[in-house]
Amino acid sequence: MKKVQFQSRLIPYLLLLPQLGIVGVFFLWPAAEAVRSSFYLEDPFGFGSTFVGFDNFIDTVTSTDYGRVARFTGVFTFFVTALSLGIALLLAVKADKVLRGASSYKTLLMWVYAVAPPVAGLIGILLFDQHVGPIVDLVAMFGWEMQVGVSYSDTAIAMVVAAVWKQVPVNFIFFLSGLQGISKSVQEAASIDCRSGFRRFWTVTFPLLAPTGFFLLIINITYAFFDTFGIIDVILKTEPGNNPVTLVYKVYLDGFRGNDLGGSSAQSVILMALVFILTIIQFRLIERRVHYT
Amino acid sequence: MSTITLDTVRKVYAGDVEAVKGVSIDIADGEFIVLVGPSGCGKSTLLRMIAGLEDITTGEISIGDRVVNKVDPADRDIAMVFQNYALYPHMSVYNNLAYGLKNRNMDKAEIDRRVKEAARILEIGDYLDRKPRALSGGQRQRVAMGRAIVREPAAFLFDEPLSNLDAKLRVQMRVEIKRLQKGLGTTSVYVTHDQLEAMTLADRLVVLNGGNIEQIGAPIDVYDKPASTFVASFIGSPAMNLLKVKGDENGLSLVSGKGLSGANAFGKSAYTLGIRPEHMSVVEAPKGDGNSGVDLEIKVNVLEPVGAESYIYGEFAESGEEIVVRVESHSTYEPGQTLFLRAEPKDVHFFDAETGARIES
Repeated sequence: MKKVQFQSRLIPYLLLLPQLGIVGVFFLWPAAEAVRSSFYLEDPFGFGSTFVGFDNFIDTVTSTDYGRVARFTGVFTFFVTALSLGIALLLAVKADKVLRGASSYKTLLMWVYAVAPPVAGLIGILLFDQHVGPIVDLVAMFGWEMQVGVSYSDTAIAMVVAAVWKQVPVNFIFFLSGLQGISKSVQEAASIDCRSGFRRFWTVTFPLLAPTGFFLLIINITYAFFDTFGIIDVILKTEPGNNPVTLVYKVYLDGFRGNDLGGSSAQSVILMALVFILTIIQFRLIERRVHYT
Repeated sequence: MSTITLDTVRKVYAGDVEAVKGVSIDIADGEFIVLVGPSGCGKSTLLRMIAGLEDITTGEISIGDRVVNKVDPADRDIAMVFQNYALYPHMSVYNNLAYGLKNRNMDKAEIDRRVKEAARILEIGDYLDRKPRALSGGQRQRVAMGRAIVREPAAFLFDEPLSNLDAKLRVQMRVEIKRLQKGLGTTSVYVTHDQLEAMTLADRLVVLNGGNIEQIGAPIDVYDKPASTFVASFIGSPAMNLLKVKGDENGLSLVSGKGLSGANAFGKSAYTLGIRPEHMSVVEAPKGDGNSGVDLEIKVNVLEPVGAESYIYGEFAESGEEIVVRVESHSTYEPGQTLFLRAEPKDVHFFDAETGARIES
């Protein structure tokens, strides 16, 4: 890359300012505010607040409801991550094999990436609609009366399906480029050394994809945790009732529906810590990411 | 070990591109065959068809007594060495060597014995635990060779295995490959665009051009009697000089000057005359004694000393046709100087000016 010498030492900082401003206003300030309010008991109407120390955290962590939501979030994250990685890998392997260079097929597999999460949720709603949803009709043929929004597990399944559907294209793009990064002659050498395509995949292709896989694993966990908010909100129509929610959604529910700003802030601080840990892991992985020559 | 037979093998790619146009070769057991030609001549395609990495459009390839057209690459009993080594980057050197054997469910002790033996032959025993990225180019090349050797296959296929190495290492590995192949006695097919590699390695050369075989033969025979102007200019370095010759009822005459005598025995009006740079000598004055040798008069453009010998790059004053002549080391010639050259009849080749085919005299 070309190196530019600045005349004044201030110019680089000036150029950084807009980005730093955005980070400051939209991230650092609210984050600091969240940390602050997590130590207070806020009056719902904003007339006053009382310092309560770690009470909000203790209440949050010890509540049975929080434990239930945390468990669901764990299960939800596991299924979303595993399914979206698995399906994307399968699609990428097939697309790489059959259609080397046929870009239209790939575009078809990728376009969902451009769909906004709430729209994905809406489409999910439509697919799982009690009256016109094709998926509901389909499973009804096997005797399964699916009731999204009423049955806890059916709603959870709809959420997972919509979230996976939305995430598969991202993973697909990464896996496909990862596959195309594997030297063709290495694959040819493997085809001379090993007759079984299945075995070849697990002994040569998959290990060479592992760096991409690790990276995507972190990205997908983060996605399932945080970015599925829009999908969940649309499926629940902001009326969760007895339906499952994730931790992020609970932050919103408790804060803006339940008017428990302090408790909600404490939850978001816990989530922040979680993101922080995930980010560290991700950086470590990227640093150590093996580059094969 | 076994023979390999190619019977009118053709390869047509999508869009009617004919990369290989009906090639037939009989490769004897233990023979070292080199396919040589410029890029795009079909030599790699041919090798990949033997390996099973490309489909055969028409024709038949047999390894031993078995037609392998429909046989999976892993079942053809061949081992291939790739240009960029194609080592498995995530496996240790040991596992790189053992991988093909493990997949054939070979006994662990036997795998170990073969890997150790190959490592000993190739002197890579100290690196068996390393990953390929921790090896130098030459070491990787040895590992790639080792992966072929441990299989003890019916044939080795080499796809320009030395072209990623630096010049010194290339010469060293070339010698080693030849020694190894002779020691093991395994039938080998080797693809290269480097005529020097081809000459030094081959028992028999196959010179390819545009998907066709131009000539098959022992390297020295190809050098002595190139079958066409293409082979003449491809084999040998610097390339053979090709000069235009006119023929009429009075006999033959060079377009550049008068130094050619002899009857027009073949009755054609145009020929190409070939003389290798190393087959001319500088003489005091043209002999002009009427025998069928060639006398030339050239103007020196550049003198290129390469150490053991020197090359004169010159041209003919009449036509501007260029010529290269090998002269002794430490020769001193000035640019612009006029020189007389002499080539003996046995060193002069005639080719058909139109088809480029050799005319036996």
